[in-house]
Amino acid sequence: MERRTILFKKSKLHGEFFMQGDIACAEGAIAAGCRFFGGYPITPASEIAERMAMRLPLLDGVFVQFEDEIASMAAILGASWAGAKSMTATSGPGISLMNENIGLGMMMESPCVIVNVQRGSPSTGLPTLWGQSDMMQARWGSHGDYGVIALCPKSPQELFDLTIKAFNHAEKYRLPVFILTDAIVGHMTEKVVIPPVEELHIVDRKYTSKSPEEYFPYEVGEDLIPEFAKAGDGYRYHSTGLTHDKRGYPDMTVEGQFECVPRLTEKIRKHEDEIIELEERDIDGADVVVVCYGITARTVFPAIEMAKKAGIKVGYLRLITVWPFPEKRIRELSQKVKGFVVPELNLGQMVREVERCAARYATVRLLPHPGGGIHDFQEIFNAIKEVADE
Amino acid sequence: MKYWENPFGQPKPKTVRGEIHIIPNRCKGCNFCIEYCPNKVLEISGEFNEKGYHPPFIAHPEKCCYCGLCEVICPDFAIFVTEKKESGSAADGKENHLVQEK
Amino acid sequence: MNDISQEMISEDLRHPMEDLLRMDRIPHIWCSGCGLGGCVNAFAAGIRKAGIDYNKVALVSGIGCTGRVAGYVKMDSYHTTHGRAIPFATGLKLANRELTVVVFSGDGDLFAIGGNHLIHAARRNVDINVICVNNFIYGMTGGQNAPTTPLKAYSSTAPYGNYEQPFNLVGLAAASGASFVARWTSLHLRRLTESIAQAACKKGFCFIEIITPCATVFARKNRGGTGLELLKDFGRRTVIDHSADPQKIPLTMDNEIVCGTFVNEDRPTFWENVQAGIHEKVAKNADWEEIQSHGTRRLTKRSTTRW
Repeated sequence: MERRTILFKKSKLHGEFFMQGDIACAEGAIAAGCRFFGGYPITPASEIAERMAMRLPLLDGVFVQFEDEIASMAAILGASWAGAKSMTATSGPGISLMNENIGLGMMMESPCVIVNVQRGSPSTGLPTLWGQSDMMQARWGSHGDYGVIALCPKSPQELFDLTIKAFNHAEKYRLPVFILTDAIVGHMTEKVVIPPVEELHIVDRKYTSKSPEEYFPYEVGEDLIPEFAKAGDGYRYHSTGLTHDKRGYPDMTVEGQFECVPRLTEKIRKHEDEIIELEERDIDGADVVVVCYGITARTVFPAIEMAKKAGIKVGYLRLITVWPFPEKRIRELSQKVKGFVVPELNLGQMVREVERCAARYATVRLLPHPGGGIHDFQEIFNAIKEVADE
Repeated sequence: MKYWENPFGQPKPKTVRGEIHIIPNRCKGCNFCIEYCPNKVLEISGEFNEKGYHPPFIAHPEKCCYCGLCEVICPDFAIFVTEKKESGSAADGKENHLVQEK
Repeated sequence: MNDISQEMISEDLRHPMEDLLRMDRIPHIWCSGCGLGGCVNAFAAGIRKAGIDYNKVALVSGIGCTGRVAGYVKMDSYHTTHGRAIPFATGLKLANRELTVVVFSGDGDLFAIGGNHLIHAARRNVDINVICVNNFIYGMTGGQNAPTTPLKAYSSTAPYGNYEQPFNLVGLAAASGASFVARWTSLHLRRLTESIAQAACKKGFCFIEIITPCATVFARKNRGGTGLELLKDFGRRTVIDHSADPQKIPLTMDNEIVCGTFVNEDRPTFWENVQAGIHEKVAKNADWEEIQSHGTRRLTKRSTTRW
C-alpha cells in the first residue's frame, strides 16, 4: 500500500494521553470529521491552529492560516457550503472581528464551529491570562436577532468531548456553534481519553433527497431546520445574507422579515430541551445553589466543601451549555432555594440571566472578578454563608 | 466575368443574415444596441413599453449581418438574433420580430 | 414608426442566455445604461465557451450593484458580506477542488474593504477567478467615493472633487502575484468572453477588471450624461496593448484606457504547493508517530490502532 495511504489510515489518534486543552480541542474536531480549518494566530488559541496545521494535511484536510480573523470566518462558511465540516479558533479580539460573518453564518444557516479561548478583556487586555468575559458577546455579538448555541468545557477531556458535541449541534441545527473555553482550560495539560471512532456519536448534516426542481434551500418542515445541498451537486440554488424567502432569493419586505428571521431564534428554542446540558450535584433540598461554568466550576469546590462542613445545604449547578440558557431549570429552582451564588471571571454577565430567571423569588449574589486570576474560595464561602443566612 | 473556381465552394456568394427578436417589455431604453450596431439596423421607436421606455425597432432588417453584438451588449437580455435561413424564416414577410415575454 | 404591438411569433424563441439566468428574477434591478448586464452576458457566454459543466460552477459575490450578479445567474451562487467574497470563495474552492469558483464583485467591495483579502489570495495563488467590475464609484449606496474614483472626479462624498489618487487595479493584482491579469471594458464583450473562458480554464488566481459605465451616479455627476455617453467615451479612449506593463497603466478621467491581457503565467497554486510539501515530507520517511503525538505524552503502552 502506498505510504501516503498508510499515513492517512494510521493518523487518527486513539488511547489515553497527557494532553493540553487546545490540542484536545483540535483532536476532538478531527475525530468529529472536521477537515477544514481557517485560523489566525492569537494567544491563547494558536496551539489549536498549530495542531490542525500538523494533522489536517495528512488526513487530506485543508489548513490555511488566513490574513485575519475576518477571512478565517468567511472561509469556514465557504468550506461549509462546499460540504466540509469546518472550524476556526480564536480569542476575544478575534470574535469581535468575526462578528459580521458570524451573522452571515447565522442568516445563511451554515454549520461550523467557532472556538473562543477567552482571555483578559476588553481590547488587547491580558493576552496570556484568562477570563470569562465574552459570554454575552457570544449571544449578542452580531447585529440582529438569532439563536445561539454555546458550550463551556471545564477540562481538556471535556474540551475534546464538547468539540465533538459542538460539531453535532452545528450539523443538526445548521448554525455556527461556539465553544467558550478560557486560557486556563486551553493551556492546561491533563489526562484525555480518546476512544476509538466507533464509540463516538457523530452527526452529519441532513442532505436533501429532493430533485433540483423541487428543492428550495430554506424550505422547512416541523423541525424548522432546512435541508442542505452543497455546491457542485447540481442544485444551483442561491443563498444570501439579505432577508430571503424559501427559494433563497432576497425578499426585502416586512412579510419576508417575518418569514425569515424569527425562525433563526425559534429553531433553537424549539429544541432547547435536547440541547441544554447541566451538571447538578446536591440540588435537592439545597438552600443555596452555586451556578458556575468553565474553570470557576472547578475553583468553587473548596468553598463548597467548607460550606458543607459548616452545615450549609449547598448545591452545585454547572452550565455545560451556556446558550441557550437553562431558563426553565433556574425558574424552577428559584421557587425552592433561598438564593444563587454566581462566581464569574467577569464583572457580571451570566448573572444577568440568572437574575432574570430567578425574578426576585430567590436572591442572586454575584462574585465578579475582572479576569487574570481565580476567586479566593474564602470569598465564595462567605457569599454562600450570607445567602444561606438570609 | 469568369471565375477560376467558385468562391467558398458556393455557386454564388452567400451572406449571413440575421433575424432580430426584441422583447420590448424588458428594454430599459439605454440605446446601446442602436449605437453599436455596425450596420445601423436598429432605431429608437416612438412607442412606449410597459415601463415607459422607447424600445428599438428594426428599421433595416435586410442589413442585419448576424454579428450578435446587440444580443451581447444589451444589459437587459431584451434583444437576440437568430440566423436567417435561406428558405425564409418563421415570420416570412414580417418586418418586426417581437417575442412575448413569459 | 412601426407599431410594436404586433402579434407575437413563435414562443419557442428565447434569449440564448436564459438557461443560465434565473428568469423568475428578470428584469433585474440595474439601471438603464448600466454596463453590468453586458458583463453578465459576457460571463455566461465565457463559461459556456469554456465548456465547463454549469453544475460545477460556484459564483460568489459581495455587496453592491455588482454583488447582485449572484442573484441573477443560475448557478450555485452566494451573496456574502461586503468585501469577504474572496475568502468565502477560497474556502469553497479548497474544500471542493472540483468546483470552478468565480468571484464577481465591484471595485469598492474587492479593493477597499476587501483589499487585504485580494492581495493575500493573489499571493497564495488560490485557484479562483476574480472578475472585478470597475465603475469608479460606490453605485448601490448612492455614489460615494471609491478607491478607483479618478482624481478630481465628483462623487457624493467628494463634492469638491476627489482628493485621492486611485488604485491601479491591474497593477495591484499583478504585483500581488496573480497568474492571469486582464483589463477590458464592457464594450469589448467578445474579447471579454474570450478572457473569461481562458481564466476559467486556467489554474491559479485569475483577475479580470471590467470597466463599466455607471449611468445613474458616476456618469451623471461627471460627464453630465447617460451611460451611453460614458460608454462611448470609454470606447474612444481605449487602446489594446497586451504587452503593456500593468504597473504603468493607471486610469484618470481623460487618459487612454489600456486594455489587454497583461499577465498570463503558470505558477503553482496554493493546493499544489500543499501537496508538494506533504509528499516531500512523506517521501523522506517522516516519523509519523512523532507527528501525531507531538505535544502529548502517551500514558498507556497500547500502540495506535487502525480505525
